[in-house]
Amino acid sequence: MKKINKLALFANKSNQRLFTTILVILVLYVLMTILDGTGNLSSLMKGLLVPVCAYSLVAVGLNLCVGYLGELSLGHAGFMCVGAFSSAFFSKAFVGIIPDVPRFILSLLIGTALAALFGFLIAIPVLRLSGDYLAIVTLAFGEIIKNVINVLYVGVDSQGLHFSMKDMMSLGMEPGGKIIINGAQGVTGTPRQSTFTISVVLLLLAIVITYNFVNSRTGRAVKAIRDNQIAAETVGLPITKYKLIAFTLSAAIAGVGGVLYAHNISSLTATTNTFGYNMSIMILVYVVLGGIGSFSGSIIAATILTLLPEMLRGLSNYRMLIYSVVLIMLMLFNWAPGILKWREAHGIKNFKSILKSKNTKEVQ
Amino acid sequence: MGFLTYLINGLSLGSVYAIIALGYTMVYGIAKMLNFAHGDVIMIGAYLVFMCTSNAGMPAIVSIVIAMGCCTILGMIIEKIAYAPLRKATNLAVLITAIGVSYFLQNMALLIFGSNPVSFTSVIPWEGLSFAGGQLKITGNALITIVVCLVIMVVLMWFVKNTKPGQAMRAVSEDRDAAVLMGINVNATISLTFAIGSGLAAIAGALLCSSYPSLTPYTGSMPGIKAFTAAVFGGIGSIPGALIGGLLLGIIEILAKAYISSQLADAIVFAVLIIVLLVKPTGILGKQIKEKV
Repeated sequence: MKKINKLALFANKSNQRLFTTILVILVLYVLMTILDGTGNLSSLMKGLLVPVCAYSLVAVGLNLCVGYLGELSLGHAGFMCVGAFSSAFFSKAFVGIIPDVPRFILSLLIGTALAALFGFLIAIPVLRLSGDYLAIVTLAFGEIIKNVINVLYVGVDSQGLHFSMKDMMSLGMEPGGKIIINGAQGVTGTPRQSTFTISVVLLLLAIVITYNFVNSRTGRAVKAIRDNQIAAETVGLPITKYKLIAFTLSAAIAGVGGVLYAHNISSLTATTNTFGYNMSIMILVYVVLGGIGSFSGSIIAATILTLLPEMLRGLSNYRMLIYSVVLIMLMLFNWAPGILKWREAHGIKNFKSILKSKNTKEVQ
Repeated sequence: MGFLTYLINGLSLGSVYAIIALGYTMVYGIAKMLNFAHGDVIMIGAYLVFMCTSNAGMPAIVSIVIAMGCCTILGMIIEKIAYAPLRKATNLAVLITAIGVSYFLQNMALLIFGSNPVSFTSVIPWEGLSFAGGQLKITGNALITIVVCLVIMVVLMWFVKNTKPGQAMRAVSEDRDAAVLMGINVNATISLTFAIGSGLAAIAGALLCSSYPSLTPYTGSMPGIKAFTAAVFGGIGSIPGALIGGLLLGIIEILAKAYISSQLADAIVFAVLIIVLLVKPTGILGKQIKEKV
């Protein structure tokens, strides 16, 4: 069974792209591991390996939504947030009760499942809207998730779980109880289990799943709906079902990114920059800059844009200024009709054609 | 009495949102783009007013006029450099560029003014009115803010309805290609829209910081997002919609803060927005455009 699959896999072009992507990631992984092993990797770079993978995962998830479902979501940081907090909650609650490895696997499953559940629940009302209205509603949902987590207090003692939306005192905990989610202070002391290896494995898994999804029967239906909803409806495709599937999968992948993120930092808080609209926008920047509809492009953009501010650290205060100028220039260089014409005339190759797969359409 | 005070505070905050929302809604109506950098123009405007009043000792009115002039120019420069080359590109590309501009303005302000909050002195040196033996106080800030907002709305609606440039704006927003055929200079009209929106942003910045005096390079971003929400709430592209959306949003926010939970106020605001959009998907005053096959 496996052999046949492997042979068939090389048969079409999109699978070749998939294998190139996987190969490049594996080569980079080996390179980074060797650099790390020989002590050539600065601690700054080492600290960025897992976040790069986490952001890449969320970007891949959002790209599924923007590139294939054709809907602009500004709330994917919310799904990342759900994945991060639910998994951190589970890991911290069961530390010392379940051994490390199965606990991490379980927390990964719980984080992914809850993010998918939230994606599903939010998608039901949201997908009735379209365009900018859909974007603003996803933004609103993301902000609500962030806000609610900021006032959530959860503790555990011998009598079970205690919830409160007010403060730590109103939990009514026994003296020996353990506070897990502490309002705006978030979750502290999550076991740091996200290693680079696990991150890369999850990233590869997500890429394989999304590539297969967009080329499956369901994926083709989703693309058909994106290209012409009325035509798709006319041939009898159940629009809502396919939209829900794509959005839920997109949220689930963002959730995986959140799980990785949560298990990499010692203090998990939900602020505007970590899980608010700023993060959603950041992820959208990765997706658009990498090429809408191109998963490998999203990963490249996420990697470069995460590393760029760190590499510019020597310039201290100017680094974010330079970052923003680079962002504006890149967008103009890649999209402005006038500049595209100039580039064609001077034979400068179109980056977009490298990063962007052919069968996608931009969101209008 | 408590309720009335909250209501007036809500109206005052809502008026600021409405003025900011005007900038979003006009630019959206005419250029069909979300100008994410608008919130940061507010912050720049507030800093300019602060520098003129506190550092140069100018009277409030003069400094607001100077700030308006600078913001108008800033808005037009941003439009020319960053948005105009992308006029025919996809909406998403323009959106990301606007985000880039927003980062640029924030970090520029961070370099020039530093990250420490400065304490903004109110541009309205009036204590306000007091009713019922001091039980009901209406601050000068709140009253002037509401009045300024209403004046701006009336003037703008008159401008859009009755003047040549205003008619050109409406024509461009309705059908850009047809407007070109009618001899309307689309580029100039879009520039004018940015100029008006950015000029108003300076007033909004001064009024916002008069009521909430802590000013940092990030001051503009949250009110910006909320005003954008207000614009969508009222029906994006509609000027009266921006007023209604802004006022409602301000009132809901202040009442939620007072009676439910100050930390959950934002969540409640956004929840109301979601409910409104689900019942009326194009906002309160938005036009329903029929989809044609």
